Amino acid sequence: MSTGLKVVSQGAYASIQDMGRIGFRRFGVPWSGVLDRRLMRIANHLVGNEETAPVIECFDGGQQFAAANASLRLAIAGNAVIEVEDDAGRRQIASWRSFILVPGQSLRIARISPGRIGVLAVSGITVPAVMASASTYARAALGGLHGRALQAGDEVGASAATAGAGRMLAQTPVPAVGAIRVVAGPQRDHFDSSAWSTFTSSDYKISATADRMGVRLDGPPLGHLARYGHEIVSDATMPGSIQIPGNGLPVVLLADAQTAGGYPKIATVISADLARVAASPPGSTIRFTAVGAHEGERIARDEERLTRALLEAIRTARGEGFDLDALYSGNLIDGVVNALSPEQSR
Amino acid sequence: MGDSAFTIEFGNTVDPALQARVEGLDRAIASARTMEGLNGLNGLVETVPTFRSLTLIYDPLETDRDRLLDAVLPLAGKADPVPPSAVRHWLLPACYDEGAAPDLVATTRTLKLDAGELASMHANTEYLVYMLGFLPGFAFMGDLPEALRLPRRSEPRTRVPAGSIAIAAGLTAVYPWESPGGWHLIGQCPVPLFDPMRSTPALLRAGDQVRFDPVGTAEHARLKAAIAAGEIDPESFCETRGAPP
Repeated sequence: MSTGLKVVSQGAYASIQDMGRIGFRRFGVPWSGVLDRRLMRIANHLVGNEETAPVIECFDGGQQFAAANASLRLAIAGNAVIEVEDDAGRRQIASWRSFILVPGQSLRIARISPGRIGVLAVSGITVPAVMASASTYARAALGGLHGRALQAGDEVGASAATAGAGRMLAQTPVPAVGAIRVVAGPQRDHFDSSAWSTFTSSDYKISATADRMGVRLDGPPLGHLARYGHEIVSDATMPGSIQIPGNGLPVVLLADAQTAGGYPKIATVISADLARVAASPPGSTIRFTAVGAHEGERIARDEERLTRALLEAIRTARGEGFDLDALYSGNLIDGVVNALSPEQSR
Repeated sequence: MGDSAFTIEFGNTVDPALQARVEGLDRAIASARTMEGLNGLNGLVETVPTFRSLTLIYDPLETDRDRLLDAVLPLAGKADPVPPSAVRHWLLPACYDEGAAPDLVATTRTLKLDAGELASMHANTEYLVYMLGFLPGFAFMGDLPEALRLPRRSEPRTRVPAGSIAIAAGLTAVYPWESPGGWHLIGQCPVPLFDPMRSTPALLRAGDQVRFDPVGTAEHARLKAAIAAGEIDPESFCETRGAPP
């Protein structure tokens, strides 16, 4: 049965994303897509979707949703504080596991921290693809619902939940720590060794100008070598590119990044670490450290093995503490229940 | 670039000869990818041609930089610059009336030209599409006549209307979308340069040649409405079609 998820509030920001619109950068079309593919894959697995199905990517919290007219199976990947409210009261539920939202209940993502990004998967989600992707790219009105971010009143198509046990992640991902790893170039030679050493040894603060397109950093400015100046003949940029504009302050490009740019790019964040930059809230600090391109490739393969191990360890939730599906469909709980299992409560 | 792309540079200037070499390598790679058997290019996600370089984006789970370089560098050595027979010529309507051109007066003052001279010089030059980028369908075209060259605005606009014809340094472009922008706005083009519903969403492609056809405010409005209503196909502004790549 086809039904939908109603957007009651879009919160800080929420948009439909998938793997991205790959293959059109030559026409100036950014990839878009989720900022953290691992979260998308986990959330989709938890609700039984293909792992690249469209998801709702939520920033910071404040989002509120409701089931339109049939029960829905949902899951949120990310460190979200989630509340479900109905006539019986309000209770907190855990991320990293599937649950059923029945009509009349309201789902609220109170906050997302640490990490600022939460990914909501909806069983049987249907969003029309535009240029082979459902990802929202609002500047050119591509993808999502009506080519824009979600707004209160929108309804995202989905399938009614079928009977069956919920699923949960056996162990939540270990948060990565340490410096953000970058590979030098393509315009590393536009900076002298003192600028490079400043870049790789200083704290940089995430500024308030941080969105899906990129993150501006505050910190020690990096001077361009005078013979090159601070503009280049435009060449390709991609998510992870670190541009140094005239003011010397780095800008890390993210999923909605433009396809080409005229500022020198001192380095590129490796794909394994880019989601950490996107998930760093304004005011927090990051540092950069250099790795070689071969090392970056090896890290990408290691990360993929880790993601697969997490996905393979997803198990049915029945018999593991609270069976949320049964509890909710029977509407047996009132008040606040902390459904975190011990291993998830750290 | 990072663990999943690298850039092959042909130079660092805006030069039609460089663009032709970038295009030549891009087409050589595209044709090698269609060949049967092992061509060493599996795992290549997409290529991005620019003024002066070709970026190859790959999936590090399927291939690596060394393997791709081994496959691509021999092609770079022998790829011919793109042949002129493959070039398409466009004649795009352009309204240079003051109401469509917020920077016209200031630009004519800076360049010491009158509005008619500026319009006719801009329209009567054949431009090469060097590359697409910045925004979906945004074509960087050049070269502007020397008399029309001026640096970017010192204060970029936060909002450039879609359809704006703009100039900066040696280049001209039409903004397909409303966006921020630092170029000087000297007119409006009624032809949408990007439509996701078309089989090839971007109207122009690198290597195309473009001229502009001055039209008045009323004709601009008529063309815009007729295109929106589906009565005029944007492809009809292409005067010649070369052999497909």
